[in-house]
Amino acid sequence: MGAPKKSAPKTSSSDDPEELARVPLQAVLLADSFTTKFRPITLERPKVLLPLVNVPMIEYALAWLESAGVEEVFVFCCAHAKQVTTYIENSQWRSQPNFTVTTIESHNSISAGDALRLIYERNVIHGDFVLISGDTLSNMSLVRALQDHKDRRKKDSNAVMTMIIKHSKPSSATHQSRLGTEELFMAIDPTTKQLLYYEENANHLKGTLSLDKMLLVDNSSITLHNDMQDCYIDICSPEVLSLFTDNFDYQHLRRHFVKGLLVDDIMGYKILTHEIHSSYAARIDNYRSYDTISKDIIQRWTYPLVPDVLFPGDSPTRLDRQGMYCASEIQLSRSAKVGPLIVIGSSTVVGSNTTVVNSVIGKGCIIGSNVLIEGSYVWDNVVIEDGCELRHAIVCDGVIMKSGSRLEPGVVLSFKVVIGPNFVVPPYSKVSLHQQPTVEDSDEELEYAENSSDTIHSSTRGQVDKPNGGSSSDLSEMQQQSIPELGLGGMGYIWSICEGCHEEEWKHSVAPIPPEKLTEITRAIEDDLDLANMDRNAPASSGELKPDTQVDSEDDENEDSRDDSTYFEKEVEATFLRAVNENIKVDHVILEVNSLRLSYNMQSVDCAGAIFYSMMRLASQLSHSTASELYKNVGSVVSKWQKLLKSYLPGKDEEIEVILKFEEICLESVKELSPLFTQILHFLYDKEILSEEAIQDWETEKADADESDKVFVKQAEKFLQWLREASEEEE
Amino acid sequence: MPDVQSLVNEFILKLKKRKIEGSQATARQTAVLLRSVISQQRIPYTSQAAALIDAVRAVGEQLIAANPIELAVGNIVRRVLHIIREEDLSLTTAAIEGLNVSSVSDDDGDTDKDDTPGLSAAALAAAARSTLRPPSLQTLLEDLPDSSAIPHTSSSGGDSDGKSKSADKSTRSRKLKHDVIEAINELIQDIDTCHDQIAEQAVEHIHHNEVILTLGSSKTVLEFLCAAKEKKRSFRVFVAEGAPRYQGHLLAKELVARGLQTTLITDSAVFAMISRVNMVIVGAHVVMANGGVIAPVGLNMVALAAQRHAVPFVVLAGCHKLCPLYPHNPEVLLNELRSPSELLDFGEFSDCMDFGYGTGTPLLHVVNPTFDYVPPKLVSLFITETGGHDPSYMYRLIADYYSADDLVLQRKVASVK
Repeated sequence: MGAPKKSAPKTSSSDDPEELARVPLQAVLLADSFTTKFRPITLERPKVLLPLVNVPMIEYALAWLESAGVEEVFVFCCAHAKQVTTYIENSQWRSQPNFTVTTIESHNSISAGDALRLIYERNVIHGDFVLISGDTLSNMSLVRALQDHKDRRKKDSNAVMTMIIKHSKPSSATHQSRLGTEELFMAIDPTTKQLLYYEENANHLKGTLSLDKMLLVDNSSITLHNDMQDCYIDICSPEVLSLFTDNFDYQHLRRHFVKGLLVDDIMGYKILTHEIHSSYAARIDNYRSYDTISKDIIQRWTYPLVPDVLFPGDSPTRLDRQGMYCASEIQLSRSAKVGPLIVIGSSTVVGSNTTVVNSVIGKGCIIGSNVLIEGSYVWDNVVIEDGCELRHAIVCDGVIMKSGSRLEPGVVLSFKVVIGPNFVVPPYSKVSLHQQPTVEDSDEELEYAENSSDTIHSSTRGQVDKPNGGSSSDLSEMQQQSIPELGLGGMGYIWSICEGCHEEEWKHSVAPIPPEKLTEITRAIEDDLDLANMDRNAPASSGELKPDTQVDSEDDENEDSRDDSTYFEKEVEATFLRAVNENIKVDHVILEVNSLRLSYNMQSVDCAGAIFYSMMRLASQLSHSTASELYKNVGSVVSKWQKLLKSYLPGKDEEIEVILKFEEICLESVKELSPLFTQILHFLYDKEILSEEAIQDWETEKADADESDKVFVKQAEKFLQWLREASEEEE
Repeated sequence: MPDVQSLVNEFILKLKKRKIEGSQATARQTAVLLRSVISQQRIPYTSQAAALIDAVRAVGEQLIAANPIELAVGNIVRRVLHIIREEDLSLTTAAIEGLNVSSVSDDDGDTDKDDTPGLSAAALAAAARSTLRPPSLQTLLEDLPDSSAIPHTSSSGGDSDGKSKSADKSTRSRKLKHDVIEAINELIQDIDTCHDQIAEQAVEHIHHNEVILTLGSSKTVLEFLCAAKEKKRSFRVFVAEGAPRYQGHLLAKELVARGLQTTLITDSAVFAMISRVNMVIVGAHVVMANGGVIAPVGLNMVALAAQRHAVPFVVLAGCHKLCPLYPHNPEVLLNELRSPSELLDFGEFSDCMDFGYGTGTPLLHVVNPTFDYVPPKLVSLFITETGGHDPSYMYRLIADYYSADDLVLQRKVASVK
């Protein structure tokens, strides 16, 4: 209940066009993904500073925000907050005109929800803002989306968020193999582009989707998409922050916030979508999307966010044939075969007879001879000795691979790991200098529990650092430990993969999906199709049951609504009487009635009816002996509270409703009013509460009703006649 | 000069992000920026020209590094350097004439602090170079005594001069700056009016009932065609749409709005249509020193088609597009590859961009180059502000606009790389 009250004054201020124009465009960049998908690398460095094609991810996000016209960015850092802050302090973004980057540090936020609540407390966001996470990459222009968002806000202050989506090929296999994400289902109203349904973990539903039937009641048409990709770029109104504060259990942006808004129809907040066509936008969620997006960058889909254009830095990169980006000052052996789609950072040495294909190699690496690097990501200052083989692996800064060692597909080597000679690292293994935290639960359900341990950096660090908190003695100890694990002279721990997760490992790794898994997926899809066909063939089993339940629930609903409306009427009446007795201002009464309307899910028509009803009741309860005195009472009550009534009568339909309600009152509850019907009607017309058209429409509406219903029309015949004549005269 | 530095940074950012479209806009903004750099530059009493040249060169290097593909930036930087040299030269000659011949001998015997043997050697080399350089057309026409200028090409001549006449010195330094800024203002004006000046010649080239073909969209071409139309020439225009950016569509719209009979064709229909065409008129991105043209993609094909049917291929280019470099210089990046999204819809083809299958290598590559190189032998005529020129004449035109010393600018950048 707090939300509307809090946001109400804000809405009014931000609706002011001048106010809107004055506020610079702001953005909130969450420099923490609040997940553990990039472990063990993220134990030592925050995800946003991980190099993507040799440039930290956050650079892409900031560069895009800057070019999209955002003037003020709040970088919310949580895990490794110090590293992020120092990076930003020393970056070029500090010296940019018309672009300020402010960091907000927090150590006890464990989710995006906490982050947004903290930002709300800081009170730094003053208008519409762009909400992205630091691992988002895009080159879209915000102008259209922002304009649409603002226009919609002017019309409907409940449209609090615009979500950017992008078309992508509708095949669940593609979803899996491109970004490593689950299939996403969305229901969108094709005319208003309103988001009505959002389900990202569709695989758990075993191929069935259940839509709330109310969606079909409220919307004339719905398009259901499984070919959309969520770009995780949102344009939000300030209310979003207050919503997070009011609903303290919102953690995840999509799972809780978006779904919460979609389910919650009391506030009536809406989420709209904006589809981008030619521009690029994607988010690095896991190792697979890291791989895919790196390759998209190399293939220049993200232009101008490509290595040779935007980030020359200290050493310009040149683009050669077949997507080969080479920084200057690299030493390539003549016999080295550097294949298509590669990036090589500055001062890197590549030895003879070495093959590099589809890979990214960072700065200052030394790569020996007869090395094979295929589809891998080698970061800065890595030493790879002769005869090593790397296939679809990620190798972090400072790793040393002794000669003849081999990385199988999907391996991740964290910072400064040393692999012994001729050692073969098994597929999908993750190697780190840090020991695996004892709490190992990367299951979806338990993700939050783990999030807390991940993002409360100190605690994880504590866990991890304690064993090797010392220096040399611990190191040597570790070396001794790891000799069997990583070969002679190897340093690091191979993280054990828990039993359950092993199956899932291939989904999110940099390595391509093994063919047998691929056939598994496609077979699963075919099975699903078969299942669906069977369902269609045999509707007897499930098909019959559903309508029944629907009918039942509908009946319930109707009863509910009837009950609701009487309760609502009573509540309104009580409120109104209190207002009369305590002399409460009309504005306040309106506010209270509004909140009642929201909580009972009523229309403003109902409010008008209820208020009119309570006014008539009040008038009849005041002391009177004759009909003329009663009429006087009615007159005084109506003229005193006409503003209240008028505020619920925006149009003709509501006015007709009031007349109908009046009839009902005269017939049922306050019968003594019935002889005064025409007089009061005339009075309401004089007070301009009821318009001429409304009265005439009411008459025509009644024209083909039963005789019994026409009592009042007949009574008002003279008045109606007079009205018609008056209008004719005017014409 | 913190404000100049911030201006420079801002411009560099714009260049980096490819936010400035079109070489005319780039050229103009570069000139404006360099003007403010010069006006804010503090000038020492001695070697003013050298100080200015250093300042401009330092900024120029940054600008060129920011967007090496936009050669107009480098062209303007060189033009400004050339202007400084010219102004310095003309001032020195004026001063010497006033000072009598004795000052020339004074120059040799002087033990100026800046006049180290190394510098004088450089001066000698510069002098030698300018004697070796063929006299430019302008000097021939204006009949200037070229020999009198030779000993004073370098700034060292000015130094000794300033030392002997201290009263003259301050006025001279102010004068040099003033003159340079005046000249840059002229340059900016030239850039602004280049369309009009080129368009003025339209009637000489476009005749009644001719058919003109063009590709893509160029402001210069638009003005040129409209100028001919205004002079009551009636002719028809074929516009090739210029895939993948389809700027030809915009041009066609614009031409129709100005009342020209226009036909829009696809790029691939050019060869089929060329036999009906009397003349091909196109714009250029950059004209190289050998007369080759870097132009929107697709133009080489048009030029070949034109040659096959002996249709004149005319290139319109403002003087800021003349680049003193040869296309085989390693520093000259001929092309920029843009996003494949201009060709393909990412959503429709996202399954082809799939790295999760098989070996992790996508089978589909998309290449979207921005420019084509049209060799000089395919170009029939260049039309600049100064008139029509043969491709083989380009190097002479360039010698008029740039001084040979400023090619060093590019080499310096290369050595930094």
